[in-house]
Amino acid sequence: MSAPAKVPAAIVGPGNIGTDLLAKLARSARIEVTAMVGVVESEGLDRARAMGVPASADGVDWLLAQPTLPRIVFEATSAKAHAANAPRYAEAGIRAIDLTPAHLGPMVCPAVNMPDHLDAPNVNMITCGGQATIPIVAAVSRVAPVAYAEIVASAASRSAGPGTRANIDEFTATTARAVEEVGGAERGKAIIILNPVEPPMIMRDTVFCSLPPDTEHDAVAASVHAMVERVQQYVPGYTLRAEPQFDPPSEKWGGQGRVAVFLEVKGNGDFLPEYAGNLDIMTAAAAQVGELVAADMTEVAA
Amino acid sequence: MSRPEIAHDVRITDTTLRDGSHAQAHQFTVEQVRDTVRALDRAGVEVIEVTHGDGLGGSSFNYGFSHTSELELIAAAREEATRARIAVLLVPGIGTVEDLRRARDAGADIVRVATHCTEADVSPQHFGVARDLGMETVGFLMMAHRTSPEDLAKQARIMVDAGCQCPYVTDSAGALLMHDARARFEALLAEVGDEAWVGYHGHQNLSLGVANSVIAAEVGVKEIDGSLCALGAGSGNSPTEVLAAVFDRMGIATGLDVTALLDAAEDVVRPYLHRWPKMDRNAITQGWAGVYSSFLLHAEHAGERYKVPVPDILRRCGELGLVGGQEDMIIDVALELAREREQG
Repeated sequence: MSAPAKVPAAIVGPGNIGTDLLAKLARSARIEVTAMVGVVESEGLDRARAMGVPASADGVDWLLAQPTLPRIVFEATSAKAHAANAPRYAEAGIRAIDLTPAHLGPMVCPAVNMPDHLDAPNVNMITCGGQATIPIVAAVSRVAPVAYAEIVASAASRSAGPGTRANIDEFTATTARAVEEVGGAERGKAIIILNPVEPPMIMRDTVFCSLPPDTEHDAVAASVHAMVERVQQYVPGYTLRAEPQFDPPSEKWGGQGRVAVFLEVKGNGDFLPEYAGNLDIMTAAAAQVGELVAADMTEVAA
Repeated sequence: MSRPEIAHDVRITDTTLRDGSHAQAHQFTVEQVRDTVRALDRAGVEVIEVTHGDGLGGSSFNYGFSHTSELELIAAAREEATRARIAVLLVPGIGTVEDLRRARDAGADIVRVATHCTEADVSPQHFGVARDLGMETVGFLMMAHRTSPEDLAKQARIMVDAGCQCPYVTDSAGALLMHDARARFEALLAEVGDEAWVGYHGHQNLSLGVANSVIAAEVGVKEIDGSLCALGAGSGNSPTEVLAAVFDRMGIATGLDVTALLDAAEDVVRPYLHRWPKMDRNAITQGWAGVYSSFLLHAEHAGERYKVPVPDILRRCGELGLVGGQEDMIIDVALELAREREQG
């Protein structure tokens, strides 16, 4: 029996993220990148061509004029560009996996809620800090009701681009919302810190969840460990720094207890440096969503 | 954009009710805020900062939850102040422009937007909204010992171009020696001194907050921070009452009533202190190792819980180059030290 044909996909946005994503998808058994698209000639387009991937600086106009259209497009441009492109993808029947902060479709985290959105025409990859922390919030909230969850993401300064910096509020607001909607916390809060230390620090994330007084700590810890293994399937460098730390219920927390989970996210070093785990987890999660969507498409077709 | 008028030689901003929030574990009450603002206002303090220690939105697991909502405290401060204006701190990444709008509605007149000393480019969004809201703006370049005077000046330029009227040399770790402080004041004055004021925020971890303030005033820094009883993170800030007395002796006009400030410190603030910030082993270690001052109570808590010496935690934080806001990493460091001890 021959392997099923790969699902054709395009990457729009040939920057660092798009290039790293291309490196990851090049290993895919289900997806073949058939186009890399930019709006000006760039190193990213040249790198794609060097890998044998057709590339163009003529934007989405070029992509949609091709004789064979991709079935999936990964958008690694900007929220504004994606807002303009998304209706055109939809009209052409192309599924969009959006790595920008545009938020046109449901927010997805492959380890948590992807099965719910396999048919969505457009899904959004939330934020880097969201991809790193929401699985843990979800792992805890599966075991105990989480009235409040808070995540702290620390990233190397060098891994935070001008887009993130110009609108850092977007990170905190979006991540907080996803901690609630995807993670399952009643109320969420997100904090991001940029650290310029040299050599650059590997991305670190801390997740705090409130817990009712009668929560079984062993069950929470087991759920967290299981979730870490799940995320490791697509982000091998996703690890716990220490066992989950439990604090007893306290008056200062309205009678709730607390669990704290300390994570390190080391990138795969495909195109981006290893310390940039924040960027790696976005591309790895997007590639994983692509895998799941492609698998679903292949099955439906079969 | 123009810089605000400054009525005297130097304008003192009192941050007892913001930086002091760290030392009080964010447990300020409305009554304490009202009493403190009334006393500061009476003593001629022109700017009073009131916010959670980590700025708007700082109430959290990571930094400690506020006893009373900061918006309620800001509104109370606004009601009590007759002459003084109310400032709030905003750290992008922790607080947002939405928090700023709410603070403005509650009565804040001035916002102090704080970033790590090399990350000023996360602040333009917040300065822009602040100016749209008609607020006076200050920029805090935190942990100013962590970059060179030249680079600090470039970061001040980014803030001023974004609408900041007074970038500050913010010595969050109390680590700047006097010549280091002077070099940074002079670099900022040379870069932005024609269009903006320059400020200084000191901590007493190495006992140099007041000394650096003297140098600041001598070289042309116009805005200087203090706290009554030094109430602030680490071993506290330059005491407002000491600054007032020193500047009076120097003949530098501040508009402050020294006697009234001494009474405010002694009669209003001292009775509610959880502890009087002092230069003890842990706080000195912070200045020595260049550690963000508000890590102090968190490190003490982690040291107790995981049975590791607090100075070891703080020194490790310094070695790792942690920056303001990374309080979560203190637990991680304590766990790491505990593992190292176990393994001998």
